[in-house]
Amino acid sequence: VKMARLLPFQIAVVSTVVFVLCSDFVYCNNGRRVGDVMDTEFSGFSVPLEHSFEVDDVAKFQVRGALVLKAGREPGVSLTQNQLSEEDRAKLKEVAAVDGLYRIRVPRVFLQADRQTERQMEGYLTAFVRACAMVESHLSDVITLHSDVSGYLIGVSIVTLPGACRGTEVEDEVDLEVFNTTLSILAPVNAPGPETALFLERMEQETEKKGKNPQEQKSFFAKYWYLILGGAIFLMVSNSAQPPAGGGREQS
Amino acid sequence: MLMLTPKKHCVPIIIVYSMTVTVWRHVDKTGPEGSIDALLQHGQDAVLVVGNGRLLRSWDINVGGLNWEIVLDSGSFQAACLSGQQDNVKHVAVLKKTVISLHYLSNGHQKWIENLPESETVDYQAVYSGGNGEVYALGVVPHSHIAIVVYSADDGEIIKQVSVEAPWLSNIQGSCAVISQGMLTCVDPAAVSLYMLDLHAESQMTQVPLQSLGLEVVPGFRPVLVSTQPNPAQQPLSEFFVQLGPENYVLLQLNNGQIVTLRDFKPAMLVSFVTAGEKTVAAVMSPKNKTVNQSDTSNENDHFLTTACSINLFSAETGRRLLDTTMIYSLDPNVGKPEKLYVQAFLKKDDAVGYRVMVHSEDHALSFLQQPGRVMWTREEALSDVVTMEMVDLPLTGTQAELEGEFGKKADGLMSMVLKRLSSQLILLQAWIAHLWKLFYDARKPRSQVKNDVTIENLSRDEFNLQKMMVMVTASGKLFGIDSKTGSILWKHYLEDVPSNAAFKLMVQRTTAHFPHPPQCSLIIKDKDTGLATLHVFNPIFGKKSHVTPPALPQPILQSLMLPLMDQDYAKVLLLVDDQYKVSAFPSTKNVLQQLQEMASSIFFFLIDSSQGRLSGYRLRTDLSTELIWEVVIPTEVQKIVSVKGKRPNEHVHSQGRVMGDRSVLYKYLNPNLLALVTESTDQHQERSFIGIILIDGVTGRIIHEAVQRKAKGPVHVVHSENWVVYEYWSTKSRRNEFSVIELYEGMELYNSTVFSSLDRPHAPQVLQQSYIFPSAISTMEATLTEKGITSRHLLIGLPSGGILSLPKMFLDPRRPEMVSEQSREENLIPYAPELLIRTEWFINYNQTVSRVRGIYTAPSGLESTCLVVAYGLDIYQTRVYPSKQFDVLKDDYDYMLISSVLFALFFATMISKRLAEVKLLNRAWR
Repeated sequence: VKMARLLPFQIAVVSTVVFVLCSDFVYCNNGRRVGDVMDTEFSGFSVPLEHSFEVDDVAKFQVRGALVLKAGREPGVSLTQNQLSEEDRAKLKEVAAVDGLYRIRVPRVFLQADRQTERQMEGYLTAFVRACAMVESHLSDVITLHSDVSGYLIGVSIVTLPGACRGTEVEDEVDLEVFNTTLSILAPVNAPGPETALFLERMEQETEKKGKNPQEQKSFFAKYWYLILGGAIFLMVSNSAQPPAGGGREQS
Repeated sequence: MLMLTPKKHCVPIIIVYSMTVTVWRHVDKTGPEGSIDALLQHGQDAVLVVGNGRLLRSWDINVGGLNWEIVLDSGSFQAACLSGQQDNVKHVAVLKKTVISLHYLSNGHQKWIENLPESETVDYQAVYSGGNGEVYALGVVPHSHIAIVVYSADDGEIIKQVSVEAPWLSNIQGSCAVISQGMLTCVDPAAVSLYMLDLHAESQMTQVPLQSLGLEVVPGFRPVLVSTQPNPAQQPLSEFFVQLGPENYVLLQLNNGQIVTLRDFKPAMLVSFVTAGEKTVAAVMSPKNKTVNQSDTSNENDHFLTTACSINLFSAETGRRLLDTTMIYSLDPNVGKPEKLYVQAFLKKDDAVGYRVMVHSEDHALSFLQQPGRVMWTREEALSDVVTMEMVDLPLTGTQAELEGEFGKKADGLMSMVLKRLSSQLILLQAWIAHLWKLFYDARKPRSQVKNDVTIENLSRDEFNLQKMMVMVTASGKLFGIDSKTGSILWKHYLEDVPSNAAFKLMVQRTTAHFPHPPQCSLIIKDKDTGLATLHVFNPIFGKKSHVTPPALPQPILQSLMLPLMDQDYAKVLLLVDDQYKVSAFPSTKNVLQQLQEMASSIFFFLIDSSQGRLSGYRLRTDLSTELIWEVVIPTEVQKIVSVKGKRPNEHVHSQGRVMGDRSVLYKYLNPNLLALVTESTDQHQERSFIGIILIDGVTGRIIHEAVQRKAKGPVHVVHSENWVVYEYWSTKSRRNEFSVIELYEGMELYNSTVFSSLDRPHAPQVLQQSYIFPSAISTMEATLTEKGITSRHLLIGLPSGGILSLPKMFLDPRRPEMVSEQSREENLIPYAPELLIRTEWFINYNQTVSRVRGIYTAPSGLESTCLVVAYGLDIYQTRVYPSKQFDVLKDDYDYMLISSVLFALFFATMISKRLAEVKLLNRAWR
């Protein structure tokens, strides 16, 4: 029964999405006709960011705002979002009171595709946060979109700042009007390989250092020849009775 | 005596058994490259075709030496046989898809190789040689005709080429056998008749309906032929068996073109021909006595339980039973049915036939029997395929348990408590006296006779809990309980009806700590294809099936999770999620359901569908249904999820942070819900292939960290513990194995130091990563685990060479500095070096090679310094490791005498000096 009730609404959402995308598509095409590569790189496209918070915890997603995604080598994202209506504010507080969830979702998209039709894929990425945390943080949330190597969006996450639910009452309705969202898109980090180059450089430096002070390179005899010689002479002098003839010749 | 058995299925090893022990074993490569296709034995030589017809090898079965090895031409292998002339076996014929080749048995050299005619239409499946200098290649065009090509063994010339109509035949190997003087005999299950064809004469196949011989086939059963060729240089015997039903064999003889029934064996479980000298006899195993299984009387169809089998020899020529050849083989109820019979017969002095039997049962156990039914030895080959295992604490001894039980029970009056106390003291006294008596008794006997056999009865926990029960689950569905100290099998239990592609998950629901409740383990057996699962609940100490009835699971199971919740009997709650996302609990008492309802909003779980790359998180509702709360989709076009690693639930981390050189603390990010996800790229090109590491929170679905290792490919081995993830991969760019470590830190301040909640950690952790070169491939990896997590960690790495390396985690530390500074020296960080060296002193198994390690299991012991390690693969190896040395154990050479004598001397010295001082003071006072 619930699904049946949901369905027409979803269709409505999808149709709005398609409408938004279609208009965007035209824009993109215009951009390309100019023939500027840079332009296409910076041209964004928009997907809806939806949220749902219900007392009975059955998701009913409504549009919260529009994400403008910039494809290209360095993907960027910006968000325009609506204010919460009076009705929604009351509902959010109600949901927070029963420790319900505040969910968001974005459609799956492929950022690197050239054509609009390829960008959109089936399904959504969803994330949630406790509704009370949303209320207590006065709607200040951090939304992060994660993409994979080739530019597919793979996940979305939402946290609030502060994140805890302490049970503090939010008196002022105005605090729950405007979202204070920090938005970012993250691509995977390149994991480092073994740092052989630096290590070899360091090894070379060390050997060079050794090469620079030749004193350290010298052998034991070369370093202390005078001491040995002195010792030998001292021995000879103290043994002066009969210095061996061969030893004397060697010294000279 | 020697027996040669290639291991079941595709495990490529040959094991030779003798009277008592394994004489030699040779382990070949893994995968299809090392699989054994055929085994032929002649005299002292065992000829093997390995790796889908890639290699032909001959082994000396006495010493296990390789006689010769040759590489065969490529082509998929079909069949092989020995061939000979004038009673001399000289050649091996190898039949492939398109060619047939003949090799000398003495050195493996190829004598000739010939193409098979019409090999694109004819499927050549068998090769036969009857000792007359001809080699027959038998092929079939399914449902059309049989093609027979006769080659001369001397030069490979085609002597004859015949094709015979056989529209009913689809497969030669399964339904045909050659008997007597080259009579190809096939059985047609549809027409219930035998077809015979003389290979020497060009003729039609003659049909002999089995009914005309007075034989009835059990409906729905496919008859099987068993024939024998005692000497490859001679004709096969004219006697053969036809199996007409699961327990019915008939010995037939071909006599002048007529088939004569010699003897009907009913019931007979297994038959086998065996030759001793010139005599060929048939060994028949038949069930001896059947008893109705009492426990199954409720079942409609009577379940018969065979308790013993008898093996008899029969003369092959006449079918008469030979006298004094009966052997009784009693079947253990915990052992599977016999599957194969290997018989070795010999002639006694009085020309009677004596024999020994090796029985191979369906649970992969080998029993070696000697007349009159004495089991010489039994080998559990199932243990070479351990799938999963757990280590369970041993129970307390009876007396200790009695004392414990006293505190556990409710107090009921002063008087009864006193009585109970007195009785338990008495029991203790009794036990002590018995112990003294045993000591006294043993002291009189020479030391060698005193045996400390471990049996189930005298199992008890030792002081430091170093001895444990290893519960092992094997792929054949047989469970073992092994004592970790001696390695002896204390109990075994064979689970019937385990599907061949089953996945197992073993969980300890209740440990031994809750006397008088017995410990309880649950094993989920899941059919990988259908997803249907069954639950086997048992006592891990005794192996007995528990009285608790497991829940019926009619729906496919997606996920199972063990909660830290306990019911009133201290059994942990197991949640099973079915494909309708409904959750059922086991045990599902009222108490449990109530607890679940209270906890529901904080029970989260995740499901991973790697075929769609979908990860989804769910939350439990109070009515035990679930709701989807997060979703992450990793497109399968780019990468596929290959492994997911969480943290071990029994892991403790002692230190919350690391003290830095400047005395500040870097706090670890210790998220117990963190999952390490490894993906591999679908693009296998060496320039574009990559490995993805995604750290994701299992509760919120938040991606904590995402990294790609470019120009790398699997197989990836991952260990995830504390605040670090270590993984190993193959670098395609540098062509070497590399290790990489990721460590997560919260920073200099903890967000919330009292509890960790995934729902309330807004700040992303700092991620540090470093990679190293490792000079060897690895087969498996695990981290050590100790009781309280104080001891430093080591990584245990199973190497393909058979060594187990204990690599200190210190070497895999992303904070290893490039440049040494004062602070890093203060912190004891090892300067970065790109290569991790394998030091030979790090091998924990010294010279004891552990072949093909598939998994390493670690368990904490009662000593903080000690971690118990079990490596399992083809072999099982158990040892203890001390990652931080034995800091909590006194050394063996600790001088108790010196310390105590010094203590006593000091004590007396103080006493005396005190006395003297008193006297002196008194004297001074008088003065």
